[in-house]
Amino acid sequence: MISIKTLEQSFREMLRIRLFEERVRREFGKGDMPGFVHVYVGAEAIAVAVCSQLEKTDMITSTHRGHGHCLAKGVEIAPMVAELYGRESGLCHGRGGSMHIADFSKGVLGANAIVGGGIGLAVGAALAAQTLKDGRIAVTFFGDGASNQGVLHESMNLASIWKLPVVFVCENNGWAESTPASYSTSVSDIATRAAGYSIPGVAVDATDYGAMHIAAEQAISRARVGDGPTFIEAKFPRQVGHYVGDGEAYRNRDERKNARDSDVIAKTRLALESRGVDVISIVSETENLIIKELDSAFDAARQGKWPSTDELEKYVYSS
Amino acid sequence: MSTAVSDQMVEKSFLQALNDAIAFSMRNDFRVIVLGEDIAGGAGQGTPLEGSMGGTFGVTKGLLEEFGKDRVRDTPISEAGITAATVGAAMAGLRPVLDLMWASFAPNCFDQILNQAAKLRFMSGGQAKIPLVIRMAVGGGLRAAAQHSDTLYPLFTHLPGLKVVVPATPAEASGLLIASINDDNPVVFLEHMALYRTTGLVPVNHEAMSLGKLGVLRPGTDLTIACVGQAALLGIEAAEILAIEGIDAEVISLRTLQPLDLDGLVACVSETQRLVIVEESPPRCSVSADIAASISELLFGHLLAPIGRVNSAATPVPFSPPLEDAYLPSVAKIVNKCKVVLSAV
Repeated sequence: MISIKTLEQSFREMLRIRLFEERVRREFGKGDMPGFVHVYVGAEAIAVAVCSQLEKTDMITSTHRGHGHCLAKGVEIAPMVAELYGRESGLCHGRGGSMHIADFSKGVLGANAIVGGGIGLAVGAALAAQTLKDGRIAVTFFGDGASNQGVLHESMNLASIWKLPVVFVCENNGWAESTPASYSTSVSDIATRAAGYSIPGVAVDATDYGAMHIAAEQAISRARVGDGPTFIEAKFPRQVGHYVGDGEAYRNRDERKNARDSDVIAKTRLALESRGVDVISIVSETENLIIKELDSAFDAARQGKWPSTDELEKYVYSS
Repeated sequence: MSTAVSDQMVEKSFLQALNDAIAFSMRNDFRVIVLGEDIAGGAGQGTPLEGSMGGTFGVTKGLLEEFGKDRVRDTPISEAGITAATVGAAMAGLRPVLDLMWASFAPNCFDQILNQAAKLRFMSGGQAKIPLVIRMAVGGGLRAAAQHSDTLYPLFTHLPGLKVVVPATPAEASGLLIASINDDNPVVFLEHMALYRTTGLVPVNHEAMSLGKLGVLRPGTDLTIACVGQAALLGIEAAEILAIEGIDAEVISLRTLQPLDLDGLVACVSETQRLVIVEESPPRCSVSADIAASISELLFGHLLAPIGRVNSAATPVPFSPPLEDAYLPSVAKIVNKCKVVLSAV
């Protein structure tokens, strides 16, 4: 069991991500955020359990649903929000947007909007760390949809034969856009596929923060000491549509309701309360802090400068 | 002049020039690693430790012995996985040189080339630096048929974010590969298989050539023959035949398709006022079409004849020798095209 202090700290971080994403969802509805967004609601335990146990120099690759990974890895809110609005002050100077947020200074090698696109990049980052012997490790987050991409299998094989310091984190929310994993995937536990690459595979209930934290701890530790890759399948039900605005007409109403009933933040809150923690104070403290930060980030982003069209071709090449 | 040149130049094969360029770069920078299918050979398990294969063509032979298994890695046949890994490794501090064996295998990792290597710097607003060289063997003539003979020159050139390098001579192989390894961008380095055994003089000092500067292989005043890679050797042969008839053709190796030395080409064609472009890839949406459009825009009133193009046929590369020969650009086709361009008023 994890310590009450760790659980409390992680609860604050999960809540922070939840409040960020709920705000993004509301603001997106106003219609002035370009493109489209996918929110991390319901998956918070995964990013927090993993990233809270990484070093700043460790590297992650993320997905189209990547805001939670970025926040958990220490990316600042204001430049992230500015990026969502395509502004020059955004992390990627408006060249990436929600699906391509990157912050190399925090080890975030980028959200990747190609399903499975970040997996091999993380394996390569781990190869660099191993070759340079600098002690860094890499983590790749991807979904159940990406588990059926060929590049995952090539990457797991490479990571295994070279014993690379990488952790594969499959966020299985049961749905690849509108296609259920129960239909598209040959196994009920994707983690069992890891055995085919001589990699330890573990399926975890990602609505149980403690279980998720321990699984992450073990995988990170294996990578850190040179024992090679681990595959974590973090299971949780998708609470929201694929993208903000997805009506989910393809989904059973009861299943959607059940998904919300097993929310990790609600469950962690109960767990803390049962251990005598004053959760009400924690929630109000966290809300007060982040709401102010979000207010100012969204105001600044909306008022921020657009990238200059004179600089359209900037960043294509490194000079 | 020949004495002065021989002081600084040494005769070597195109293949040896590539091998020496990689070894030179690896000695200079510990971050340079090479990897690919069969590039060491036997994953270094031979007795004594040996890189007996050194890649399908032997370009990386001997590197394993000098640099060891951590820096010279045989890989599984996993083009997507290994290309993604080299992109990630480049972002995380290495300078990988990846051997993809044949360009026809690049479609297996086109996501990694097009969506990852080419776009990550831009999408990250300049944060990602991807010093990666992807070497591929290209071209027909080996009777290797459709799935081992593509050049794909236009396909790679079409993608902003990539540099595309196509050497024609051993000197270019050396100077351009060293420059590509030094470059902080993803570079697709395309080696025509017919060139590996050709020989020529190479500077002994391993000097890098600029990416984005064409090379004039043969000066001439009557017309310019601008060539992509190995086609330059055909261009030179054609020029020699034309010379017998009193025609003085200039032959250019474009060297890099991205960046393209359009200024250099304009300077040459401004003098000769006639241009023939030779490229071993199908004609539609090709490098030759692109260059012809640019030169027409820039020099329309100055040209004495429509621009001529010699491409391969608009088919997959055929197997049967007479068919493949008909498919490929040839000296005869270039000579004929030059005569058409010269006969125009």
